[in-house]
Amino acid sequence: MSIARTVPGSRAPASDVDPFSIEFFEDPHRIHGELREAGPVVWLSRYRVHAVARYAEVHAVLNDWRTFCSSRGVGMDDYATGKPWRPRSLVLETDPPEHDRARAVLNKVLSPAAMKRLREGFTAAAERKVDELLERGSFDAIPDLAEAYPLSVFPDALGMPQEGREHVLPYAAVVFNSFGPDNDLRREALADAAPHMAWVAESCQRGSLAPGGFGAGIHAATDTGEITPEEAPLLVRSLFSAGVDTTVNGIGAAVYCLARFPDQWRKLRAEPSLARAAFEEAVRFESPVQTFFRTTTRPVEIGGVEVGEGEKVLMFLGAANRDPRRWERPDEYDIARRTSGHVGFGSGVHMCVGQLLARLEGEVLLGAMARKIDSIEITGPVRRRYNNTLRGLASLPITVEA
Amino acid sequence: MPNIVFVHPDGAREELEIAEGTSLMQGATAQGIDGIVAECGGNCMCATCHVYVEPSQLALLPAMSEEEDALLDGTASERQPNSRLSCQISVTPALDGLLVNLPERQV
Ligand code: HEM
Ligand code: FES
Repeated sequence: MSIARTVPGSRAPASDVDPFSIEFFEDPHRIHGELREAGPVVWLSRYRVHAVARYAEVHAVLNDWRTFCSSRGVGMDDYATGKPWRPRSLVLETDPPEHDRARAVLNKVLSPAAMKRLREGFTAAAERKVDELLERGSFDAIPDLAEAYPLSVFPDALGMPQEGREHVLPYAAVVFNSFGPDNDLRREALADAAPHMAWVAESCQRGSLAPGGFGAGIHAATDTGEITPEEAPLLVRSLFSAGVDTTVNGIGAAVYCLARFPDQWRKLRAEPSLARAAFEEAVRFESPVQTFFRTTTRPVEIGGVEVGEGEKVLMFLGAANRDPRRWERPDEYDIARRTSGHVGFGSGVHMCVGQLLARLEGEVLLGAMARKIDSIEITGPVRRRYNNTLRGLASLPITVEA
Repeated sequence: MPNIVFVHPDGAREELEIAEGTSLMQGATAQGIDGIVAECGGNCMCATCHVYVEPSQLALLPAMSEEEDALLDGTASERQPNSRLSCQISVTPALDGLLVNLPERQV
């Protein structure tokens, strides 16, 4: 990477790095560090956007929706100048007060009280999954564990139709690739998107969703007038988009950490009640959701650099979560760390509405592993999966012993 | 700085000075207190910063938002009439001497 002092278009230090390239995905940490050191805001010359990589600036941008809006899209595309590839999300891609109305409905469906009702069933499913995998001994922890566990609980909790669930992960891959630039990943994802989009659109209708699930709960909010019947399917769609692939990569990150750092695994084995903290620290350490954009609503100064109105600003959540200005020993996975304040789930009005559900899944699964599994060993080549927003693995061959 | 007294479930007392304008949660976690988890970092989204406020001092606190009220229905330790979320209480000079009890569990 070359960092020039100034460039036309911005007074920020410039970088020609491509944070949506395969080389970057393979090893983002070194370049994250360079971007953090370059300044509080940098100019990505390749895409002609500003970016923030330090914790303080990422946190500040996340917490100022008046200046850094989401309604013009949270990807690189500006909805003010181009048409969104799908109807805009009612929560992710809106600003208050419009955002808050839809968000209140999701808050209720995914509340702490709702999580208490799910805990028992999610725990039992986690124990079954771990027993089954112990029986097998050697397996691929991505498809067989990180994907299989969320897929065994989330679609039923949402009330998804039984038929067609194989569309869930491909659909999410399209959504999270779409936030990136017009690169091969995004073009290929969108080219194959039609069947997944059709299944999701159909599945979000009231009649497709099983009673008692999150989906039915969202539609029930039309009866009280909180949202309109036209809005409900679109709000359900948010859970199809963000409810599975995120936790897949969160759980995958945690298993990868625990397999790589045996001292932390032993600590968890000795004290399984640390399972929730071990998951949370994996979300900080790996940041399964790496980036989101905002668009400025007015000229604004970031760290002494003037950024004009209507400009995209890229937030590196993963870089903020390892900023040495904020974290001690940021590159160490430490399950005893006080992680409060990390931005792996975002911050501010758009902070992840599914965070409690994600933690529940992570906690009960890692808890079951800690109680039942003695050793974890990586036994084959680890392969990364490439996505413009999500960070995670495609393959993690492991062997476990009781 | 206002002085806030935290009482742990085992009766241990911890007195912390917390700057005005800081939330009880921020002030206490920055000083390394055990018993407040604050998973959402103060965004009023997780209910793991639950505290029981000395009943005679409840009136000193800012009013409860609808969001806080709803979250308190899902706390890990049972909600009581004096339950509050510590991330929603901003410290003012009037809170000097406030006494809060920490719950058995946050998650
Ligand atoms: C480890 C797992 C997860 C991670 C790392 C994660 C990460 C995030 C992040 C960073 C945001 C902020 C977006 C922004 O600021 O623009 C977000 C928002 C959101 N997440 Fe998650 N998420 C996870 C799991 C989930 C789950 C399980 C669900 C659904 C049940 C979900 C649904 C949503 C929704 C609907 C939003 C938009 C909220 C809004 O705009 O108000 N997420 N998530
Ligand atoms: S810190 Fe999450 S609700 Fe207070």
